[in-house]
Amino acid sequence: MLRRLERSDRLNWSVIEKYLPLYEKATVLTLKIGWLGVLFSVAIGLAVSLIVHYRIPVLRQTAKIYIEIFRNTPLLIQLFFIYFGLPKIGVSFSPEFCGVLGLGLLGGSYMAETFRSGIEAVDKIQYETALSLGMSKAQVMFHIVLPQAITYSTPAFVANIIFLLKETSVFSAISLMDLMFTAKDLIGLYYKTAECLVMLVVFYLLILLPVSVIGSVVERRLSYASFGD
Amino acid sequence: MQALGIDVLLKGNNFIRLIDGLCTALRISLVSVIFSIVFGIVFGIVMTYKNTVISVVSRVYLEIVRIMPQMVLLFIVFFGTTRMFGLNLDAELASIIVFTFWGTAEMGDLVRGAVSNIPKHQYESSYALGLNKAQTYFYIVIPQTLRRLIPLSINLVTRMIKTTSLVMMIGVVEALKVTQQIIEANRMTAPNAAFGLYLTVFILYFLACWPISLLASYLEKKWSA
Amino acid sequence: MADKLLTIEHLKKSYGDNLILKDFNLTVNRGEVVVIIGPSGCGKSTLLRCINGLEEIQGGEIKLYGEKIDRNKKNIAEIRQKIGMVFQSYELFPHKTVLQNIILAPIKVQKRSKSDVIKEAEYLLEKVGLSDKRDVYPRQLSGGQKQRVAIVRALCMHPEIMLFDEVTAALDPEMVREVLDTILELAKQGRTMIVVTHEMSFARAVSDRVLFLDKGEIIEEDIPERIFDNPKTERARRFFNTFEYDAVKNHTDTLNRKV
Repeated sequence: MLRRLERSDRLNWSVIEKYLPLYEKATVLTLKIGWLGVLFSVAIGLAVSLIVHYRIPVLRQTAKIYIEIFRNTPLLIQLFFIYFGLPKIGVSFSPEFCGVLGLGLLGGSYMAETFRSGIEAVDKIQYETALSLGMSKAQVMFHIVLPQAITYSTPAFVANIIFLLKETSVFSAISLMDLMFTAKDLIGLYYKTAECLVMLVVFYLLILLPVSVIGSVVERRLSYASFGD
Repeated sequence: MQALGIDVLLKGNNFIRLIDGLCTALRISLVSVIFSIVFGIVFGIVMTYKNTVISVVSRVYLEIVRIMPQMVLLFIVFFGTTRMFGLNLDAELASIIVFTFWGTAEMGDLVRGAVSNIPKHQYESSYALGLNKAQTYFYIVIPQTLRRLIPLSINLVTRMIKTTSLVMMIGVVEALKVTQQIIEANRMTAPNAAFGLYLTVFILYFLACWPISLLASYLEKKWSA
Repeated sequence: MADKLLTIEHLKKSYGDNLILKDFNLTVNRGEVVVIIGPSGCGKSTLLRCINGLEEIQGGEIKLYGEKIDRNKKNIAEIRQKIGMVFQSYELFPHKTVLQNIILAPIKVQKRSKSDVIKEAEYLLEKVGLSDKRDVYPRQLSGGQKQRVAIVRALCMHPEIMLFDEVTAALDPEMVREVLDTILELAKQGRTMIVVTHEMSFARAVSDRVLFLDKGEIIEEDIPERIFDNPKTERARRFFNTFEYDAVKNHTDTLNRKV
């Protein structure tokens, strides 16, 4: 697709040079909100998965409902509700905060499922063995279960991060000046479609390709460190 | 506190329009899913062949889909074609093209995974029992593949539906766009309608996706035992 | 007066309606090796799990040096340190090397000095012939090697009593010997042990006392020479016979002789 774009309409480098700073700014914003959202989602996911694992009453049911709701609705709709809907009942946030909140809540529901299945993948008799060595429940969780659970859930964890960083592309809908916003704006204003789209793709590649590459390296390393193969 | 949009929702044919918008989104996802499943099965089977060219091309294709936001793909197809080649591509058609491009990759990966997950012993013991290749596929491989595949492809449907919410960004009039229009039209009389209306879309999307998710996890549990 | 280390009185254990152990009584003295044999499902593994507080019990008492073992009490982790358990499936921690597996609990649980524990671990590894596997991950070990590491791991906690739960059942035949020799060596050192096993000749060699268990009850209890050579009950005799492949042949022989 890209190659066809380039051939049919030779890129105007001066246009690219002119708009570059705008894209750089937008990328920084996208990265900032994206990674803050990822951090937030990891925190929510860990908390929720432990609540479900330890079967804490009331909280556990709440967690299940939360997971179902956020896994079954699009981020865009969640953002519209948070950003445009909630202020009408007196709850309003800045667009940046909405972005982080929306991404965190969405990602939290995915991370929770990932961590939960990672914890479940650790054999029950591993707990018992650790207990039989006199470890406390917290020690068992910390030294035996979590390290193994992390390895089991790494592939899904990396996929979640990539998914969340991709989802940042809807932020323009709540007037965040992210990459999509910048591209759409410039296309609308100056009709430099090819240049704008190419830069959009390049900057998204810059954001996501490293995550994808580092992710697969980490998967391999962790699996070696954890299981020796 | 002023009415939060329920009255606006029930006024005139507003609710019908909203449902109509949702149906547009569902139609786009349904068409894309059907194309994705068909192309995905072909793509998945092609990927099981051990050929360098095939594996390089499919790796690149999968990686593009894995890391490019669907929104970017939508922009490329929609703006790229209309503005650059002068083709006046309908926004709905552009969406279907993008979602099929995306869905085919996902489906293909699922198919490849399901097929190559069948242990070699299953083929061998089937041959050992005297079944021929066609019988082995028909009685042993395909049924086991389907059991792994069906829950996962049902999940793809919900993801497709969720992703269709993006098409409003290229101007398709679906549920979210309709909601915006209704809110805009009633801005003076019901300034707080946004809360109720966006909540309604939220619930509608949930109601569209949740039963499908439940079905997928039910089948997954039932068939994994 | 014998030094009573473990006493079990009127132990009752069931899973729902399924009664596994009914009114089970046992006393194990210091330095004694008790072997438990019996058909699968007779409750022998469950018994070991109860002693280690891994199972909820429905009645009776288990005491180690007079201290009650109750999985819901705070001191259970402390008591478990005094009970070393080795499982059929080894259960080494896959994310830790051999040495890390061994030293984890002594350092984290007993707060002993790391250098002392490492010294002891190395000494024990050498005794079981695994010095060269110190920094290897469990996946790279054979079943027999894994099981010897699991034994060392339990020993390093300085337990008062060791529980062995069918530790050779998952092993290839040629690896059974190396594990059994290790246990035999421990018996010679005068350690207190309860061993659940299907290896009859090993049971005879290692034990001071043999319990034959069936359907949650002790059917017969005696010194090994008597219980193996001259079982008092029909049930025990039938059980021992299943381990001899020429049982069928012998049976026909006796029939013939009678005729």
